[in-house]
Amino acid sequence: MAARSTFHAGLALDAHKQQACGTPIVELPPPTQVVLALDQGTGYSAEPVVTVGEAVAVGTLVARTDHPSASAVHAPLAGIVVAIETREAAVQGGRSVCIVIDGDGSDRIDDSVRPVADPAALSPEELVQRLRDAGIAGLGGAGFPTATKLASARNLGAHTLVLNGAECEPWICCDDALMRSAADDIVLGALILRRAAGTVRCVIAIEDDKPAAIAAVTRAIERLRDDALTLAVVPAVYPQGAERQLITAVAGVEVPSGGLPADAGVVCQNVATAAAVARWATRGEPMLSRLVTVTGSGVAHPCNVRAPIGTPLAALIAASGGYRGKPLRLIAGGSMTGRALPSDEVGLTKAMNCVLVATRDDIGSRLGAVELPCIRCGDCADACPVGLLPQQLLRAALADAHDTLRQLGVRDCIDCGLCDYVCPSQIPLAHRFRDARRRLHEAEAMARKAADARERHDLRKRRLQAAATAEQQTFESVRDRARRPGDDSTGDTN
Amino acid sequence: MNPGAIVVAVLVAAALAVTLGVALGWAAAHIEPDADSLVERIDALLPQTQCGQCRYPGCRPYAAAIANGAAEIDRCPPGGEVTVRALAALLDRAPRPLDPEFGAPAPAQVAWIDEAKCIGCARCLPACPVDAIVGASRQIHTVITLQCTGCELCLPPCPVDCIELRPAPAVSQRYSQPRAA
Repeated sequence: MAARSTFHAGLALDAHKQQACGTPIVELPPPTQVVLALDQGTGYSAEPVVTVGEAVAVGTLVARTDHPSASAVHAPLAGIVVAIETREAAVQGGRSVCIVIDGDGSDRIDDSVRPVADPAALSPEELVQRLRDAGIAGLGGAGFPTATKLASARNLGAHTLVLNGAECEPWICCDDALMRSAADDIVLGALILRRAAGTVRCVIAIEDDKPAAIAAVTRAIERLRDDALTLAVVPAVYPQGAERQLITAVAGVEVPSGGLPADAGVVCQNVATAAAVARWATRGEPMLSRLVTVTGSGVAHPCNVRAPIGTPLAALIAASGGYRGKPLRLIAGGSMTGRALPSDEVGLTKAMNCVLVATRDDIGSRLGAVELPCIRCGDCADACPVGLLPQQLLRAALADAHDTLRQLGVRDCIDCGLCDYVCPSQIPLAHRFRDARRRLHEAEAMARKAADARERHDLRKRRLQAAATAEQQTFESVRDRARRPGDDSTGDTN
Repeated sequence: MNPGAIVVAVLVAAALAVTLGVALGWAAAHIEPDADSLVERIDALLPQTQCGQCRYPGCRPYAAAIANGAAEIDRCPPGGEVTVRALAALLDRAPRPLDPEFGAPAPAQVAWIDEAKCIGCARCLPACPVDAIVGASRQIHTVITLQCTGCELCLPPCPVDCIELRPAPAVSQRYSQPRAA
């Protein structure tokens, strides 16, 4: 298809990918213990359906949910549930209820894990429900439940499924490794997802700095001979892999502010999610493991590891040769949008595509940097892929001017961090905007609560008034009857 | 200079003054000032806890008092400094510190009923300004946390002191939107 070269602005960054990408994928043996966070990275939690002491097998459902933003969680190894408690976790806020399972060394598989005989025989609605039950969530970094996205794409009549293999963030290369090693799985998953989403065509988008992945996916597509499944090579410009930016680059449309990609007729899924869907279809396996990049100057042998969800990060780092030098920060995600992790005891989540063990060499330039006043150079506005005005936003954020923040589109900020990256005054802009969004969100919630309280108070006042009026009327009618005993309707007179 | 022109000018000015004076006088007498909408706008800035700390029976009566000049804008501790500043901006007055006589701002709180102690007397029900307590005579009562404004008005009527105030749950679990890639 005719792909537009790219989106507005953006920047080519140092990729830092060769460290982990040069080595083969490491298959991690089942760890002795897994820590499954019930919030898998979206901010919404599933409800446990097992109790402490219960035996579970590989693939047993341990937490279910009806919330559209949470995903079901399954046991990735056979063993015993030893704890259900709030622990440090790789999620927003740093804590989540976790189910801890001690492995018993066996590989008992739950009865529910059965290959799907014929995915094509399932109706799209059934398919979406089965993917929801299997806990399939976006593996690109947000961990959003795939079924919810597919359902909204169906409802809004999306016509194009974009499979995101751009992987623009520095350091991360697990999608690249997956595309090189399992392109056939990705293509199979793409067909199932395309059917479930009800789109006419599917485009797999890959950045042009991954020639081996492009070659592998091209071969897989050729083997299939499906005209509605194509490959789009996009320039390696950060943040090419951000959902909205990729859609602009591939489909040439812009997702409206505040809208969903499906409003522009597009639905986006990560290539790794497609591979997970293929694993579900061929083996009946719910989402039990993922490929994660373990990299940074702080590990001995950076590599990509396939590990069960819930694996403590310490085990992942051990599989990569252990710590080296003086690690300064443990980051979930890459160097641009990653979040600092509380410790290496937290479990791997579905949303975690990279564990970056950063030393001062990797991120040192910003540590201890003194924030200087804004000099109005405008570099941030030139770099912003959304076309926002970070200078103006900063002023509004510092003044907590909510109306101005809304007008300037603080909600459209995708948190890519490019404004920070280019700022010569080293102002932590993205952080300020994230904070401003939170305060805006809170202020709006408070305003809604106040409006609700006013309405309830008004209703109560009216109810009390009506009751008082009714009482007054009763009193008057009784008094009137007492004054005129002859008119008593009972006729009981002396 | 033509003396006639001066006379004409004086007459024109006088006629203008009389006409406008009559018009303004009529308007003042016949067109109601839009007091209600000012009260509405003040009320919209108040936190709607209906707690009565301002010594008015609810937020709207306080808004009316501010509008007609009976009360200052510094009487709302739940609204805190933010509300005072918003009111000052709306009314074009200088912001001022909260009057400590009406209480100090505190973190948001909600009422919680200790169900083991509740005797089901139903006396707290009519005290709640937003109907956020569910219960009936000789039944255990409970507070609808999401709708409680933390006004503390249910505390005095309780004969067994089984209601306590706890920190309000976080307004939102969301710290930021999920990242794209």
